[in-house]
Amino acid sequence: MRLEIRVAGFGGQGIIRTGLMLAIAACIHGDKNAVQTQSYGPESRGGACKSEVVISDEKIDFPKVVDPDVLIAMSQEAYDMYVDTVKKSGTILLDPDLVQKQKASSSRVFKVPATRMAEQLGKTIVANVVMLGAFTSLTNLVSVEALKKSVLDNVPKGTEKLNLAAFEKGYAYGKRLLKEK
Amino acid sequence: MAEKSRAVLTGKHFMQGDIACAEGAIAAGCRFFAGYPITPATEVAERMARRLPEVKGVYVQMEDELASMAAVIGASYAGVKSMTATSGPGFSLMVENLGLAFMTETPCVLVNIMRGGPSTGQPTKPGQQDVMQAKWGSHGDYEIIALAPSSVQEIFDLTIEAFNLSETYRTPVVVLADEIVGHMRERVTIPEADEITVIDRKKPRVPPGEFASFKPDEDLVPPMACFGEGYRFHATGLTHDESGRPSTSSAEAQQKLVQRLCDKIRKNADKIVKTERTMLEDAEVAVVAYGITSRSALSAVQKAREAGIKAGLFRPITLWPFPDQQVSQVAKKVDAIVVLEMNYGQLVREVERAAKETPVIFLSKLGEEPHKPAEILQAMRRALQ
Amino acid sequence: MSEELHPFETFLRKEMIPHIWCDGCGNGIILNSYLMALKDLNIDFNKVVTVAGIGCIGRVSGYTKTDSYHTTHGRAVAFATGVKLANPELKVAVISGDGDLFAIGGNHFIHAARRNVNLQVICANNFTYGMTGGQYGPTTPLDAWTSTTPYGNVEHPFNLIHLAAASGAVYVARWTTLHVRRLTESIKKALQKEGFSFIEVITPCPEIYGRYNKMRTGIDMMNWFRKASEIRNYSDPAKAEITPERIVLGEFVDIEKPSFGRLLHGMTAKVQEKMKRGNR
Repeated sequence: MRLEIRVAGFGGQGIIRTGLMLAIAACIHGDKNAVQTQSYGPESRGGACKSEVVISDEKIDFPKVVDPDVLIAMSQEAYDMYVDTVKKSGTILLDPDLVQKQKASSSRVFKVPATRMAEQLGKTIVANVVMLGAFTSLTNLVSVEALKKSVLDNVPKGTEKLNLAAFEKGYAYGKRLLKEK
Repeated sequence: MAEKSRAVLTGKHFMQGDIACAEGAIAAGCRFFAGYPITPATEVAERMARRLPEVKGVYVQMEDELASMAAVIGASYAGVKSMTATSGPGFSLMVENLGLAFMTETPCVLVNIMRGGPSTGQPTKPGQQDVMQAKWGSHGDYEIIALAPSSVQEIFDLTIEAFNLSETYRTPVVVLADEIVGHMRERVTIPEADEITVIDRKKPRVPPGEFASFKPDEDLVPPMACFGEGYRFHATGLTHDESGRPSTSSAEAQQKLVQRLCDKIRKNADKIVKTERTMLEDAEVAVVAYGITSRSALSAVQKAREAGIKAGLFRPITLWPFPDQQVSQVAKKVDAIVVLEMNYGQLVREVERAAKETPVIFLSKLGEEPHKPAEILQAMRRALQ
Repeated sequence: MSEELHPFETFLRKEMIPHIWCDGCGNGIILNSYLMALKDLNIDFNKVVTVAGIGCIGRVSGYTKTDSYHTTHGRAVAFATGVKLANPELKVAVISGDGDLFAIGGNHFIHAARRNVNLQVICANNFTYGMTGGQYGPTTPLDAWTSTTPYGNVEHPFNLIHLAAASGAVYVARWTTLHVRRLTESIKKALQKEGFSFIEVITPCPEIYGRYNKMRTGIDMMNWFRKASEIRNYSDPAKAEITPERIVLGEFVDIEKPSFGRLLHGMTAKVQEKMKRGNR
């Protein structure tokens, strides 16, 4: 089965790394094939940015995302641009503080205030990892162990504890959202 | 052994294309990199800057791409396998000395991670717009070997292949990858060092007094002496005879040299050319695609088969020399050909030439995304009508 | 009758000779000084690479029986940088002209000097593009006549000494082809320096430059050098401009600074050391 995940926001949010951690979890720590591609502008910070991951049991031919199964939207611009591309059976994870204007969608929508939660941990920079934690519990697409390993392998030395806390916080929040539904 | 294991990172990795390219180069024995930062090839340089000192190699960041290519040729003549990596605007500057590398029969590798052009174009977006430039960009008659990887694993493998070809034929080899392949991440399996075939240039078999540095063997490739080995030879970008002596007025010398340099590639084309055929045995429509677009094509071909269309994929892995014969063979068996490129029509001209009577439909894509499988499927239907 | 060998018999490629240079040209003197310097220093000719760019003096690479390479126009210094870094055992000399080194190759020159690449660069400055028939170049004096300045040159020339010194060269000197002994000594000194050394040699081009500027023979041009030359060792490079009245000669810079190669290979050794320790 082919799974398509699109993470979108702006440069500096760790969008590309989020996709990378997801792909590594599936491919190296899991037993699937994965491809991660990205698209960014000339700006190092602040420009539109997206990272795409395709996960499959089979060899992946077309490496780009067309109709994502999951969209993680970390900015209004990203949400507006990609909300309609998500599969009807798909899932949207959004940060409600960054995506304030939302429209009706047939996909499952989860609001994860990742940036605010990261702020509570003392560093907004880990918002993407909070989101990844929420993604794990909300979608159940990649194992929690694999994702945790991948996060730890791909964050700067000395920040492992903070990132693990961010992941757990997001993971627990996702669980809670599921119960509420 | 420690050094070998440092050079070849045996194992499974989730790696970016540009990084895999650098690792392929190091595994092939490249120990010199000269370059100039440019998106989307910078990651190759960054990886080389970190990795080369670990294997006693040299990374140098030159003042521009003219200098980079010149330094690469210098290092190769000093006996060290060398390379550079760039993208369109830098490639434009490098083709100057690509001609010099061809003329002085210098083994070296030039990687072009293609972005959108012309001019500065779209630096962070993919393109396949330098395909013709690789073949015709430098002045005068020349032949080039150009390889187009379509995955991260393949950019690793083909960078090794590029070095091997350049050493075998004493000629510059271009790796023509696109931004998507350069920047995407996939699983790469790097084999044990002993399992990697590494070819080194032929060395002179006669003592200095008897050696002529541009006298070819039967395969049209001359053995190569390097600086400091006692041969005290001369090399020049001027037309020269077999001893390296400039011959600027003799028509015979010009005819002989240019013909041999080109024939060295042309007459060895069957040994150089690599292609991949998928589901072409009973195909009625063939898609011709290379690099990243070949993966869209593969997906489309599978979808076509599911829809009952007899489709197949022909993928040139070697873009230059162009696989004329292979394309002709495919063309004879199918009713139509669909060519995909992320440019406004380049390699399609070669396909049309080789396809002769078989109709060719061209699907151009410019900008961010490669062709979507659905669009290709549509084109196949159109082609068969 | 026994045939007497030319003293440079073994240092020249006989098959390349006769050379292409005109009567009265100074390039032969520069080649002579270069070979003399190599010979005097007993440098192993098997470990010398002579690199040249395009122009009349560029042919020097073909005539010199060391390993040699004749690059594209302007790229001699960049090519030589690759050679030297890839094999630090080699002695790499660049001999080229003012147009090659300072117009089309100017960027490579200043950056190689800045990096302090261990190269010996000798510039034959004849104030013009001789091979293409005498157009003005980056060192053509103001008001001089050339084939492309039919009303006199309105561009200011480079002061190469000042440029080399400011770019970071560790050894900078200027001589004319009249000062053969000093030039040879200077080349010897440069060959022994660690780092980027630069010698400008003012050389006559009576056939092309002289013809336009009322110095039709080599002797005429040499007479100009003789009259105008002033040796001012270690004087201010900024004041070493060349005018019809005054050509300031001498050694201008002779300093010590670690070469790029030393720093680069030193860094590599440190990385190697660190990895060894890491492996234990």
